[in-house]
Amino acid sequence: MLRRSAFLPINRYYGPALDDTSENLIEIRDLMYSRGSRVIFKDLNLTIKRGEVTAIMGPSGTGKTTLLRLITRQLVPQQGVIFVNGVDIASLNRTQLYEQRRRFGMLFQNGALLTDLNVFENVAFPLREHTNLSNRLIRHVVLTKLHAVGLRGAADMEPAELSGGMARRVALARAMVMDPDIVIYDEPFVGLDPISMGVIVRLVRRMNDALGITSIVVSHDVAEVSTVADRSYLISDGKVAASGSPDELNNTNSELVRQFMHGMADGPVAFHFEAPNYAEQLLGRDAE
Amino acid sequence: MTTLLRDLYASTHEFVRTFGAFQLFFLRLLKDAPRILVRRPGLVIKQVYNTGALSLVIIMVCGFFVGGVLGLQGYSNLARFNAEDSVGSVVALALIKELGPVITALLFAGRAGTALSSEIGLMKATDQLSAMEMMAVNPVRRVLVPRFLGGAIAMPFLVAIFSCIGLFGGHVVAVDLLSVDVGSFWQQLQLSVDIDDIREGFYKSVVFGIVVSLLAVWEGYNAVPTAEGVGRATTRTVVISAIAILILDFMITAVML
Repeated sequence: MLRRSAFLPINRYYGPALDDTSENLIEIRDLMYSRGSRVIFKDLNLTIKRGEVTAIMGPSGTGKTTLLRLITRQLVPQQGVIFVNGVDIASLNRTQLYEQRRRFGMLFQNGALLTDLNVFENVAFPLREHTNLSNRLIRHVVLTKLHAVGLRGAADMEPAELSGGMARRVALARAMVMDPDIVIYDEPFVGLDPISMGVIVRLVRRMNDALGITSIVVSHDVAEVSTVADRSYLISDGKVAASGSPDELNNTNSELVRQFMHGMADGPVAFHFEAPNYAEQLLGRDAE
Repeated sequence: MTTLLRDLYASTHEFVRTFGAFQLFFLRLLKDAPRILVRRPGLVIKQVYNTGALSLVIIMVCGFFVGGVLGLQGYSNLARFNAEDSVGSVVALALIKELGPVITALLFAGRAGTALSSEIGLMKATDQLSAMEMMAVNPVRRVLVPRFLGGAIAMPFLVAIFSCIGLFGGHVVAVDLLSVDVGSFWQQLQLSVDIDDIREGFYKSVVFGIVVSLLAVWEGYNAVPTAEGVGRATTRTVVISAIAILILDFMITAVML
């Protein structure tokens, strides 16, 4: 999976690398990625600015989570380049990659808490793995992070005892415990009750501003994302269909953007997956 | 005909590819094993407890009854030749050389092997392994190697316990129920069992421990990350382990005769 040279045309030039003080923390150039015969991204270009909350939106199945996996090098692009902190992420060996990943915090869709550890130990996990801090100091740091997400009282609970929203908040505390430069949220608002959603939305914004980090939020909850994002990208058909501030996207004339932002059934994005004629299929004529 | 040949080629190709990947996986575990043993012994001890200590009850119960059955069968067959005093050596040799390692390994595959593969498979299905990767923690070192080592270390101890309890079961049946002379039972046992027999049983227990633990972590790590995929991986762990144990048992016995 890591042998990127097998996919990259060696004579292709993707432009100069960024330096790690550049305004753009992440820059994706001419990204191409396909799975089997299905092309997911085709010449995708996108930049994420340092210190901002950037939203990546798009209809289901457009590859938003795949894009996150490419940015974090869980997947390797077949063409194009992804600079993170000035480094081509696909060119790193495992040690360098792990060094780079220590600057990331990632909130998975389902929280991905380690089920054999309780809440406290889940949040302490990165500290125990990567630092030699004393137990006393680890306790202070973990309780601070749990307090920030409102779950200091749940420190002794097991992951199985948590609701979906609580698990997401614990995962957020764990993502923040190493004080990362970049925090990635994969569908953070899915399945949350209004209170939990409001809390998470405010946490995303507050942590971004207070800690000076860069946040990437993948979501299709337009209303929530609009309240928190500085810049949004709308991805469709493997490319960036539109980008700008939430207000700019709301006021655009593009049919696709309007359909997505206002949740309309009719528009360029078909609600129905490609299928044979409905009437013909019901009458059983499609098999003939 | 062409289709048959193409299918045969595809199957062979897939088998060779998977077998090669399996060997590389084993080497990867072996490469990281010393590091984990030295730097993170606590992780290994926890897995020895999970795979070994938690399997003790089933191992001891089964050991007792296997020993009891050997006592009954040995007595009834040896009695035909008026050699019932030799029942101690029959029970001991059968347990130490053969049934102890084989039955313990089969039980271990069913109890601990399935637990290992389903746990790892579920960790994969719920993104826990990806989360570790994202926290710059190598899941092979943190999750797979300790579980592999824990299983491999626990097995020889479980085999020893199985054999000892089996001897006790054989003693209860032969001496206490069937009135075989206790002195003859132990004297025959001491005369017939030598260090080579114990060594054979020990080698088998080590090999079976490595194979079952390796298959369990391999199947779990390569499980399709769905409920059905984890279920299939768990089933495969038991089936392939059982076949591997019996084939390897034959091979080791043939070599050590």
